[in-house]
Amino acid sequence: MLFQDVVFWLLTVVAVGSALGVVLIRDLFRAALLLVAVFVAVGGYFVLLNAEFLAVVQVLIYAGAISVLIIFAVMLTRDVQQGNPPNRLQIPAVALAALLLAALVTVAVDTQWSFLPEGERQSVELVQTAAVSDISPETLEQAGAAGESAAQGVGLADLLIGRFVLPFEAVSVLLLAALIGALALVRPRPAPQDARASGAESASESAGAGAAGSEAD
Amino acid sequence: MFLDDYFRQYGLVAIFCVVAVAVPVSMMLMSWGMSRVGLRPRAPSAVKAETYECGMEAIGGKWNLFNFRYYMFAILFVIFDVEVIFLYPWATKFLSLELFALIEMAVFVGILLIGWAYAWRKRDLEWG
Repeated sequence: MLFQDVVFWLLTVVAVGSALGVVLIRDLFRAALLLVAVFVAVGGYFVLLNAEFLAVVQVLIYAGAISVLIIFAVMLTRDVQQGNPPNRLQIPAVALAALLLAALVTVAVDTQWSFLPEGERQSVELVQTAAVSDISPETLEQAGAAGESAAQGVGLADLLIGRFVLPFEAVSVLLLAALIGALALVRPRPAPQDARASGAESASESAGAGAAGSEAD
Repeated sequence: MFLDDYFRQYGLVAIFCVVAVAVPVSMMLMSWGMSRVGLRPRAPSAVKAETYECGMEAIGGKWNLFNFRYYMFAILFVIFDVEVIFLYPWATKFLSLELFALIEMAVFVGILLIGWAYAWRKRDLEWG
C-alpha cells in the first residue's frame, strides 16, 4: 500500500505541476509539452487503478496522437512567439473553469465510491487489467455476450470479433471517413483560374496546387 | 497487498523513469559541481553560444512557420494510432483466436488502407 501511495503522490505532483505550467507558461510550445506530461501522469493513474488497457489507450491516443495534433497546431500558427497573451475572454474562461470544477467536485463527492451497485462494478471491470485477456462470466452476461464464455478466458478481442464484430468493422469505416474528410479539408485549394493566368510565377511556387487542381475535375 | 504481482511488473517502468530523470539531472549537477570546485574551465564565447544543428549554421530565429503539408502526416498518424488501439487486444489473444479473427482484422486494416491509398492517390504524401 505504501508503494502505491508514493507513486500516487509522485504522479500527482507531476500532473498538478504540469497542469499549472500549461496554464501559466507563456511559451505555447512548452505549454504543449507540459500537457503531454499531464497525459502521461494520468496514464500512470490508470495503471494504479488496475486499468491497464485504459493506460495504454491514454498513452497511445493522448500522449501520442492528441499531443501531436496540438503541437502541430502550435507550430503551424503564425505569430506564435507572442506566446499566450491575456485577452478579453479571461473572465468568462475563469467562470467556465469554476463551473466545470464545481461540477466535477460535486460528482466526485456525490458518487458512492466504495459501494458501486453490482452492475456498475462489472462494467468497470471491462477496462481493468484482466479485460484484455479475461473477462468474468458475470460481466459478459451484463455486456450481453453470455454465450461467449468458453472454458478459456474471454477477452476484449473475443468480444470484438465475436458479438461486436459489426460495430468493430463500422469503426474502421468511421475512421476511414474521418481520414478522408480531414485530408479533404486540409488539402491546399487549387489556385483560381484567373490568378493562374495572370501570374505564372505564383504557379511555380507550389506544384502541388496544380496537381490538386487536376484532381478536382 | 504490498507489492503484489501486478505492481511488481511495473517496477521496471518505475526503474526506467528514475534512470531517465536521474541521468540528465546528474549530468547537469556534475557540471555545476565541477565548476564550483574549479575543475570545469569557464570560457564562454559567441561561437559556443550558437545553436548547434548538424554542423550547419542555424538560419533564422527560433520560430519559423512550418509547412502546412506536415499536417497531412499528422492526420494520417492519428488515424492509424487509433487503429493500433484495436489491434492491441486482438494481438494479446492472437494465438487462441481462430482464422475468422484474422480475416476480420484483415478487413479492418484493409478498410483503413483504402484511406492510405486515397492519400497516396491524391498526392497528399508528396512534397509539392
